[in-house]
Amino acid sequence: MSHLTNFEAFLLLSVLKVALVLVITLMGVAYTVLLERKVLGHIQNRWGPSRVGPFGLLQPMVDGAKLFLKEDLMPTAVERPLFLLAPVIALGCALISVAVVPFGAVTRVNGVDLFEVANVNIGLLVILGITSIGVYGIALSGWSSNNKYSLLGSLRSTAQVISYELALGLSLVGVVLRAQSLNLRTIVDSQSAHGILSWNIFGGFQFVAFFIYLMAAYAETNRAPFDLPEAETELVAGYHTEYSSMKFAMFFMAEYGNMITVGCVATLLFLGGASSPFGHLIPAFGGAVVQAFLSVFWFVLKVFSFLLLYIWVRGTLPRFRYDQLMGFGWKFLLPLAMANIIVTSFVLALRG
Amino acid sequence: MQLALFIIFGALALGGALNLLFQRHPINSALSLVVVMMSLAVLYWSLGAEFLAAAQVIVYSGAIMVLFVFVIMLLNAGEEERTHGSRAAYAVGIPGAAAIFCLLSFVFLTERGLGKSNVGGDLGNGVDNIAAVSQMLFTKQLLPFEVTSILILVAILGAVVLARKEQ
Repeated sequence: MSHLTNFEAFLLLSVLKVALVLVITLMGVAYTVLLERKVLGHIQNRWGPSRVGPFGLLQPMVDGAKLFLKEDLMPTAVERPLFLLAPVIALGCALISVAVVPFGAVTRVNGVDLFEVANVNIGLLVILGITSIGVYGIALSGWSSNNKYSLLGSLRSTAQVISYELALGLSLVGVVLRAQSLNLRTIVDSQSAHGILSWNIFGGFQFVAFFIYLMAAYAETNRAPFDLPEAETELVAGYHTEYSSMKFAMFFMAEYGNMITVGCVATLLFLGGASSPFGHLIPAFGGAVVQAFLSVFWFVLKVFSFLLLYIWVRGTLPRFRYDQLMGFGWKFLLPLAMANIIVTSFVLALRG
Repeated sequence: MQLALFIIFGALALGGALNLLFQRHPINSALSLVVVMMSLAVLYWSLGAEFLAAAQVIVYSGAIMVLFVFVIMLLNAGEEERTHGSRAAYAVGIPGAAAIFCLLSFVFLTERGLGKSNVGGDLGNGVDNIAAVSQMLFTKQLLPFEVTSILILVAILGAVVLARKEQ
């Protein structure tokens, strides 16, 4: 790349990076769906998808083709512009947040960090902000569908997401207090001293915060046991009842994209990001390239186990009732998160 | 770069604000307001105030406007009807708006310091301004900060009192 100027190399690498991360995230979304169907199948003592390709591995491709080829229905009484805009907002917000996630150790080529699209010094707030914008996708889809089930689903979802956003945000404050920064790289670095022992969930004694984050994340992504916005027994399919074909697929992908984002945030904040759980117990081997890919491997492994936990919970727990959901969020998680902040800052003040 | 961002998002904010006034349906107006808030956030960010930008997005676009949209959806508000407002509004409104515009432009043009006030450095050498903001809030501005939080507490209590059903 010697014949390129610095700026051209930067631009080229950045565009490549964005394209690659986008493609990998979309593939991740597709295969998370397959993972969920497989694991749920095994939990319920059946095989899950097994016909297309070896072990059903090509199932996501076939699903994608099916959704593309389906007829795109447009109900007559919908609010057309908003009806079209809603899935775009939902999917857009789900995919944008990956931009600030550092998914590997710092690896510079021509001054460009390979394993992070953008290093922003308020990365955590950016993710929270994008998540809070994602609510519009669901809210508008329900309202513009002109269907009572959709409207009820989206009202439930909006109320649920707003309520749990507080607990979610407050649960992260303990981690931020420990790292003294909102930059995701700095937060990861603050947990990389002694491997697994210095991760926030163990060494940082932030397991209460992790528990709150886990609960709030299930509610934020509308997943079981808090999947009331799309409770089949009551609301047909909730906010996306009137959507078909690719527009439905966009909501579907947004849900799984949000799961991956939540997994990434949990990994970065509580599980040490891309650092190895063994710390410096194992000496670095294989040169710089192997080490760089090893860090990505650890990151992907942590996100993968988080996704497995998600699916496991979905296969195990029954759905909450709506008043239980609200009571749990406001009366239990929120005070607990505040208590965690007070105790953490007290301990930090005593030590510092 | 900064100028381009300013022109694009300043135009977007203005367009959103005009759309807010001209739209007949409340939900479209509310969404235009969201566009205005987001463009303002980008403008804050391009001035180096990234914490303010994030707070703007999370608090205004992400929480307050969602509640607006929520209420509009719950009430199922239809399109507004066009009425002739009171005569007093016409008599006072246009001169009043002109006066405010003149006053603001006078202040902006005469006050030299305003152009230079940077919340936290420029894009090029951006520094972490969360520390600066919190230092300011908890030392010099402590009293106003605490009084504001008590004001919000009072507002919450008022809402609870209003919402409680009489037995």
